[in-house]
Amino acid sequence: MSVYQFLYILAAFGFILGLKWMSSPATSRRGVLTAEAGMLVAIIGTLLRGDIVNYETIGIAVVLGAIIGAPIAIFMPMTGVPQRTAISQACGALASALIGTAEYYKLKPHGFTMGALIVETLLGFLTVTASVMAWGKLQEVLPGRPVMYKGQFFVNMATLSAAIVIGIMIVLNPERSELYPWFVVLALTFGVFLILPIGGADMPTVIALLNSYAGLSSCAMGFALNNKLLIIAGALDGSSGFILSVIMCRAMNRSFANVLFGGFGQVQSSAGGGKEGRPVRSASAEEAAQILETAGSVVIIPGYGMAVAQAQHKIRELADALTKKGVDVRFAIHPVAGRMPGHMNVLLAEADVSYDKLIEMEDINPEMPMTDVALIVGANDIVNPAAETDPGSPIAGMPILAAYKARTVMVIKRSMGVGFAGIDNDLYYRPNTIMLFGDAKAFTTSLIKELAAA
Amino acid sequence: MLAAFLGFELIRKVSPLLHTPLMSLTNAIASISVVGAIILSGEKDASTLTRVLGFIAIVSATVNLVSGYMITDRMLKMFKKREPSGK
Repeated sequence: MSVYQFLYILAAFGFILGLKWMSSPATSRRGVLTAEAGMLVAIIGTLLRGDIVNYETIGIAVVLGAIIGAPIAIFMPMTGVPQRTAISQACGALASALIGTAEYYKLKPHGFTMGALIVETLLGFLTVTASVMAWGKLQEVLPGRPVMYKGQFFVNMATLSAAIVIGIMIVLNPERSELYPWFVVLALTFGVFLILPIGGADMPTVIALLNSYAGLSSCAMGFALNNKLLIIAGALDGSSGFILSVIMCRAMNRSFANVLFGGFGQVQSSAGGGKEGRPVRSASAEEAAQILETAGSVVIIPGYGMAVAQAQHKIRELADALTKKGVDVRFAIHPVAGRMPGHMNVLLAEADVSYDKLIEMEDINPEMPMTDVALIVGANDIVNPAAETDPGSPIAGMPILAAYKARTVMVIKRSMGVGFAGIDNDLYYRPNTIMLFGDAKAFTTSLIKELAAA
Repeated sequence: MLAAFLGFELIRKVSPLLHTPLMSLTNAIASISVVGAIILSGEKDASTLTRVLGFIAIVSATVNLVSGYMITDRMLKMFKKREPSGK
């Protein structure tokens, strides 16, 4: 066994161990370091292979990549993490797609290798455009609403099938390189089509899925290059992305196909109309502060609105102020709150909230009826009781945080506008609900002031 | 296959608390494709096309790699228990 093979095994071991340590916050940083070390070992191992000669070019490329990559990581605000992941995914996928292309023109391999190559480039190219589209939607450069038109499903399928057919033709006869550009164009186009009908609320699932594609693409590259390390790392990535997207789907009670082809918020019919004039209770910061102060236990439920308003630090101050007054404050985290899996956890962690205060949905729901106040900050669909009561609702069956069971529900919200699912929220009209209208950050700030004054 | 199974087992254990860092970590691991890029573009008899594509590939894979690892670490640094005020 040569040196680089040994190093490759070491690297793979590093990745696996790294992922294993990710399972707990206490060991997770060690996990990242291990995975980093694994990557370093992998690169060194590759450079030590006898057939590598172009050290200068490689060096320049690596330095250039690091120069671009590092600032992205350092200056990206925590609310921008989903976008960063999307764009970074596009880069990774681009790399593997380009490598596949280069291999193809260089080797024109036959049989199995060619098949793996086509899989690699197909997944690679479609992930590139899909990730860029996802980034655009997250960054709100593109409209976040699903773009739908008649026959969309058919067009999408036709594009994908055409790409696959051409791919197979190339596999059968690798010499026909005039087909290859068409294949690339079709794969890229399909990536765009794939994301068009997907709405903002489904982005967590999609990002996880694209992560999976990027991993599978690396995995296929491993088969094409006959490189075991690529296969292992790619498969790890592919399966983790896949599991995450399955978890996300389950959290919304929707099937995979539904997310990919659904176009959320378009099917609404039963909900909506005829609810205009219903009475809503609202309160000022002063009144709300009084209620919070006298409560024994408060559960804060953050949503994407908190991220948009950058209110996480103020929320933490509020929690601190209440804790000081003897109130038991905890945070309830819905699996799909925010724009990517675990988004809320990261934001609250950034704001220095101790992670043992972040409670998952299954654990907090049974305790909701014993909770005095559920304070909802910028969340909507994940607390909508319609998911449990109205079978005609587009979110019917989706597990929700049972905020409505709390003795008092307070909702900080800009207006009565609808959430991403585009449906009215019955919760706001309940007698035990108090609406606190205003920007999440501004309102929380005035709550803190009132508490301090009291 | 073995790796996929292993991946399955490993990920299932990760608490939802850490899903975001987990994703950016696996995202960074995906940039293992840099290895493929190096192999391809580093060879003696590489054509210009291969070199150009390989060069771009290495750059973008490194962007992914560096930013992926760094931001994961940045996120995890924030996950800490606040002992005095807790419990």
